[in-house]
Amino acid sequence: MLGRLSWDALPSDLITLGAAAGMVGGGLLIVAALTYFKKWKWLWKNWITSLDPKRIGVMYLLVAGIMLLRGGADALMMRLQQVTGAGADGVLGAEMFQQVFSAHGTIMIFFVAMGLMFGLINIILPLQIGARDVAFPFLNSVSFWLFVAGAVLINASLVIGEFSAAGWLAYPPLSGLEYSPGVGVDYWIWSLQIAGMGSLLSGINFTATILKLRAKGMSLMKMPIFVHSVLGSMLLVAFAFPILTATLLLLSLDRTLGMHFFTSDFGGNPMMYVNLIWAWGHPEVYILILPAFGIFSELVATFSRKKLFGYTSMVWALGAISLLSFTVWLHHFFTMGAGANVNAFFGIMTMIIAIPTGVKIFNWLFTMYRGRVRLTVPMLWFIAFVLTFTIGGMTGVLLSIPGVNFQTHNTLFVVAHFHNMIIGGVVFGYFAGLTYWFPKIFGFKLHERLGKAAFWCWIIGYLLAFMPLYVLGLMGAARRMDSYDASLGWQWLFMVAAAGAALIMVGVAFQILQLIVSIRQRKKLRDTTGDPWDGRTLEWSVPSPAPVYNFATLPVISERDPFWEAKQHGDTRQAPAYYQDIHMPKNTGLGIVIASIALVFGFAVIWHIWWLAILAVIGIIACIMVRANDEETEYVIPAAEVARIEEQAREGAA
Amino acid sequence: MRSRHSLSTFLKWLLVACAVLVSAGFVWLIGNSDIAVLNPAGEVASQQRDLLVFAFWLSMLVVIPVFALTLFVTVRYREGNKKAAYRPDWSHSRILETIWWGVPAIIIIVLGVVTWRTSHTLDPYKPLADNSQAIEIQVIALEWKWLFLYPEYDVASVNLLPVPTNRPLNFSITSDAPMNSFWIPKLGSQIYAMKGMQTKLHLRADTPGSYRGLSTNISGEGFARMGFEAKAMSNDDFLDWVRTTKETDSYLDSKSYKELAKPSTLDKPILFNGFKPTLFNDTIASWMPPSHSKSTSKQEGGAH
Repeated sequence: MLGRLSWDALPSDLITLGAAAGMVGGGLLIVAALTYFKKWKWLWKNWITSLDPKRIGVMYLLVAGIMLLRGGADALMMRLQQVTGAGADGVLGAEMFQQVFSAHGTIMIFFVAMGLMFGLINIILPLQIGARDVAFPFLNSVSFWLFVAGAVLINASLVIGEFSAAGWLAYPPLSGLEYSPGVGVDYWIWSLQIAGMGSLLSGINFTATILKLRAKGMSLMKMPIFVHSVLGSMLLVAFAFPILTATLLLLSLDRTLGMHFFTSDFGGNPMMYVNLIWAWGHPEVYILILPAFGIFSELVATFSRKKLFGYTSMVWALGAISLLSFTVWLHHFFTMGAGANVNAFFGIMTMIIAIPTGVKIFNWLFTMYRGRVRLTVPMLWFIAFVLTFTIGGMTGVLLSIPGVNFQTHNTLFVVAHFHNMIIGGVVFGYFAGLTYWFPKIFGFKLHERLGKAAFWCWIIGYLLAFMPLYVLGLMGAARRMDSYDASLGWQWLFMVAAAGAALIMVGVAFQILQLIVSIRQRKKLRDTTGDPWDGRTLEWSVPSPAPVYNFATLPVISERDPFWEAKQHGDTRQAPAYYQDIHMPKNTGLGIVIASIALVFGFAVIWHIWWLAILAVIGIIACIMVRANDEETEYVIPAAEVARIEEQAREGAA
Repeated sequence: MRSRHSLSTFLKWLLVACAVLVSAGFVWLIGNSDIAVLNPAGEVASQQRDLLVFAFWLSMLVVIPVFALTLFVTVRYREGNKKAAYRPDWSHSRILETIWWGVPAIIIIVLGVVTWRTSHTLDPYKPLADNSQAIEIQVIALEWKWLFLYPEYDVASVNLLPVPTNRPLNFSITSDAPMNSFWIPKLGSQIYAMKGMQTKLHLRADTPGSYRGLSTNISGEGFARMGFEAKAMSNDDFLDWVRTTKETDSYLDSKSYKELAKPSTLDKPILFNGFKPTLFNDTIASWMPPSHSKSTSKQEGGAH
């Protein structure tokens, strides 16, 4: 009846028990608070069922923030294990340590970085292209709730069963039935499969949004550079995520139905898996970094009060990076024994990416050149990004040389490199973007000094946490070691790294404090103008927070940086001659319903509860049919109401 | 907001602190013999160290200007400095953009040529150009230990890899466990060990000594304890070792191999005075599709 599920699935050791109890307790506390304050209806009406991309974006950011805490706790536990693992078993032990780093990688990429990215895209992209919504608002809601379902599933593994111990990409044969018979790898597969489906749908959705919903006059070469970067990223999503879906499906067929795509025996081939997963995995890192590049381009121009240098170069560089990202996947396994020609080809393709990336850095620096640079918090993130990303790019070029890679592959040198790119590039980028656009989202700025405190903790913590790993890698320390010989003298370097990780968490604490203080001082920090930074693009032309319909009258574009140009000519914020009725999509609870059923489906397949899985599939099909037959999906905001909202905003600004 | 004066003083000190820290780090890095990859003991690892150092300095041609430029524009064009020029609409220069598309491109072309050539000279599958007699070593990665077979001498060892110096070492590598990666940092080049497949690696030890060997690829619970000792010694010492090992009384047949292959970690190496001659090929063949399992045909790793 319940497949593999039994009471044994509940946690038995103290650490897992504690974590599970904390998580379930926290969840119950939130439920109790919502009930006590009678907030369920508000939550359902204004957030859960909302199809407004700005609301969905905020929810993405919230989930990503919570998952950052989980992934960060994992990181601290990993370093604690490695500090105590000098010639000993350490605090976690090998088995749990392996689950923890597998969870850390999976969570940070899929649920933190992707969440921050989709959050900011949802909020800002429609505003920047002068649109009121995304191309497919309901699909957007489904995407978000699928993302949440994946996040819930990965956390459920903490309470019921176990998580994968095979690393964040779960190479077979280790991830096959033979070596991982438990439910851990299945949890990994299905949380990624469900969240990945959401990402794929989002990729298609935003591609369509950019291509079809731009304001009149906004030709491709007049789009803000952030929009270009999102277009590149979303095209990569649309092309790369199907590979992930297929690969995970084949692996689950191996594991669930006993097939032999990737097994070592009966003609299966694990090397095929490694190729496929990186054919998705390498574009994935560019999916994450491209929008961060876009964010930096926007804020460097704004905070230097100067046009972005080399716009055309920037666009071509983005395009080149997008295209090249599909031609380098083999550099993740030069050591698999491909021939010298194959290795050399992929090595050279990889280092070619350094050229357009370098171009972008020089263009950013020359945007500051002869500008008026304000050293605000987003700019601090940007400067830290340039420095760390350049180091990471340099080590990336070193790693791309097969002859060097044979001596650094799978070591902590690689770990240091990709954290250089993902923290220094992706995370710093999204933090910068979040600070920059925060007033547009919520109507007030973030507290500046606490933001600076958080920044310094992050950057110093980051250097302490990852520079020692370069050295450890060159000393011959493999990644993912739970223990090492005490005589190697590595312990102090791991201690420094652990201290760095702890300092980063202090930075996170400052960010939480910053949020709380900013909310309390929101009156003082309020942005009444809609344009707190002297911005350049369309999102700054509407009030903060942006009204639900974004633009009362759809803008018409004739130049790049349209809002800056309008300010130069002095014609901003004039009331139009008349307002029109605005059609917006109605709320619907079907998004969360479909995702919940998907969650049930994933859980049922993981535990082999087949009747439930079949019911879930039927349920999803039924929901889709209900939605397809719903013909009243829009409501009207009358012109008078629009006029009233706009009038109010203008008064606030005056 | 901080005054202009304190900001630039702060930046100056920050810069000095960074410079001191970075130089101290470099001095320590270069002087520290614990850093295996930078202190090679074999032919291949030496070439790889040189390649690493060359590529590092070549990329400094871009890294240093970027750092200097970042610092310069941040300080010079900060809002408080009204003396600096301000040209809000200047956003294009054909000459400048040609420079930063061009110069990195030239550097990458140089590095690309070097990469192409070294990918061939440092191809792990390529036997070393060395006239002295090579020694064949078969390696099987197990859960969680390394089995070394010396077919020419008919001895075997677990987690201990004695090798003669100044003789090419020809490794044939497979796995009877999840995928591992066979690596001796001081000697150079790692390569994957995969079930049902054979990969090759060619190394040479130049200085006698005891070198740490390991698996760099996660292969289950005992993976971190899967270390081994590579002992480089003179050819005479090596032959001595073979002779004394011959005198021990444990033979590695199919039955004792099965026992050895069970998941476990070891504290001490094990020696065998001989082994079933077809053991290596049998291990590979046991993972072949059923129709091939009787033949001993080998499947090469990768597309080599």
